[in-house]
Amino acid sequence: MSILTIRNLTVRFATSTGSFTAVDGIDVRVDKGEVLAIVGESGSGKSVSMLAAMGLLPDTAIVTADEMTFDGQNLLAMTPRERRRIIGREITMIFQEPIASLNPSFTAGYQIEEVLRFNAGLSRKAARARAIELFNQVGLPDPEGKLKSYPHQMSGGQSQRVMIAMAIATNPRLLIADEPTTALDVTIQKQILDLLIRLQEETGMALILITHDMGVVAETADRVQVQYKGKKMEEADVLSLFENPKNPYTRALLSALPENATGDRLPTVASFLDSEVSA
Amino acid sequence: MSVVVEGRNILRDYHIAGSLTRPAKTVHAVKGISFTVERGKTLAIVGESGSGKSTLARIVALIDQASGGELLIEGKPIDIGKEKLTREMRSKVQMVFQNPYGSLNPRQKIGDVLMEPLLLNTDTPASERRDRAREMLVKVGLPAEHFNRYPHMFSGGQRQRIAIARALMLNPTLLVLDEPVSALDLSVQAQVLNLLADLQEEFNLAYVFISHDLSVVRYIADDVLVMNRGEAVEQGTREAVFADPKHPYTRELFAATPITDVEAIRARVARRAAMRAAARA
Repeated sequence: MSILTIRNLTVRFATSTGSFTAVDGIDVRVDKGEVLAIVGESGSGKSVSMLAAMGLLPDTAIVTADEMTFDGQNLLAMTPRERRRIIGREITMIFQEPIASLNPSFTAGYQIEEVLRFNAGLSRKAARARAIELFNQVGLPDPEGKLKSYPHQMSGGQSQRVMIAMAIATNPRLLIADEPTTALDVTIQKQILDLLIRLQEETGMALILITHDMGVVAETADRVQVQYKGKKMEEADVLSLFENPKNPYTRALLSALPENATGDRLPTVASFLDSEVSA
Repeated sequence: MSVVVEGRNILRDYHIAGSLTRPAKTVHAVKGISFTVERGKTLAIVGESGSGKSTLARIVALIDQASGGELLIEGKPIDIGKEKLTREMRSKVQMVFQNPYGSLNPRQKIGDVLMEPLLLNTDTPASERRDRAREMLVKVGLPAEHFNRYPHMFSGGQRQRIAIARALMLNPTLLVLDEPVSALDLSVQAQVLNLLADLQEEFNLAYVFISHDLSVVRYIADDVLVMNRGEAVEQGTREAVFADPKHPYTRELFAATPITDVEAIRARVARRAAMRAAARA
């Protein structure tokens, strides 16, 4: 059963040198309780397509799609007010830079209680209790103390845990994580990925993981969608993708991984790129 | 085999000034590290943020001064705190930084970027400086016509090629590379790693390669030094460290590194399927 369905999504940006197509006819489908990885290099439109679904793009973006539905509700036909009942409650999102995503002027407790009061409708007191519960759930040490901490007093990994706590505070049915571990050390990355998968398994929410890292894909995804320059190159379950990649770009990307090196030079994606790029 | 750089018990302390409410304290960023790198070889220094790997890189690159220990470049002890760095020494050791967007002056044309090291450190005449900069552009895989372009006209991978070209202008024997590919896309990363391998062969360069990415290190290094909180917790040849990591921290680092092994994916997928079936039952 699909929870989010996007068909033929195109996002164009008006620039001084004409319009630029960031996403070019992409389909995205994620099922209930599924982990979908959207993988691509910079410029593949992986973030932009999800920001478009969230309605978070600036006014300069022209978004068109044949279909954009969340759990049967048509996101395209909604008023902004109706959309906000879903975005931030039923669909939530976390970003790459956890420290920059939090407001430096307010404590972690203030920020998560704000979510709980306005989006989950809890009282001040209930919000505090639930915040402690959530901080416990995401594995923050000393949850009560952390409520009074400002973002600069926490490490990157701790800040990302706070972001995740805020994102699951409303019991969303879909969490979109945009490069959630890219700014973190590898041992912290493992903890955060394990946490996201544990929460996904506990709550049964769907998870879309946007990443450029094939290792992260291999260790988290059920299904994978490979994008390149705003187009979908391949979609497959995770095992088929790594075992038997169909698309030349996917194959090139996998062979460029240093751990797959066989000779003393790495195969590059250049041969694939040559046919794509005329400049 | 000639040793290009040797560190003996290198220390680096940072003193943090106190205030009314806070006493002064000393941070030991590098706590006595020894290593050698021979011509044509690569030493990879691995660690996470705060491990002191970049501090050590800056000391080896003769940018920062060690608080203790000895640094020898081609057998000659050097202490930039005591004596001024000679042009000759500066020519021997060059550095490439992580972020090619930050390490190139946006108002300087590429040609000037490449000619500047010659202008500052040698008496090469202008016409020869120009010729050598053009040659170097070609050597790192860029057309010589890009000489008059500005950094913003290049992609991240191209900028990193320019930064590498700049580092090579003085014919150094040692290149210190601080996370040179971690800001780059996978496909571009492979190209830059290949370029580094080509250049190392051609000029018989020694590399000190700072990285947090074990798959890159495994591909490029001859020797590996694992740092944690300023200490070298593990040191050895690549084969030895990867085949049989001794220190718990090294093992933790290896275990945390995501792998793309098909059998591992198969096992994980099976576990997820079993869990789903159990939830339904």
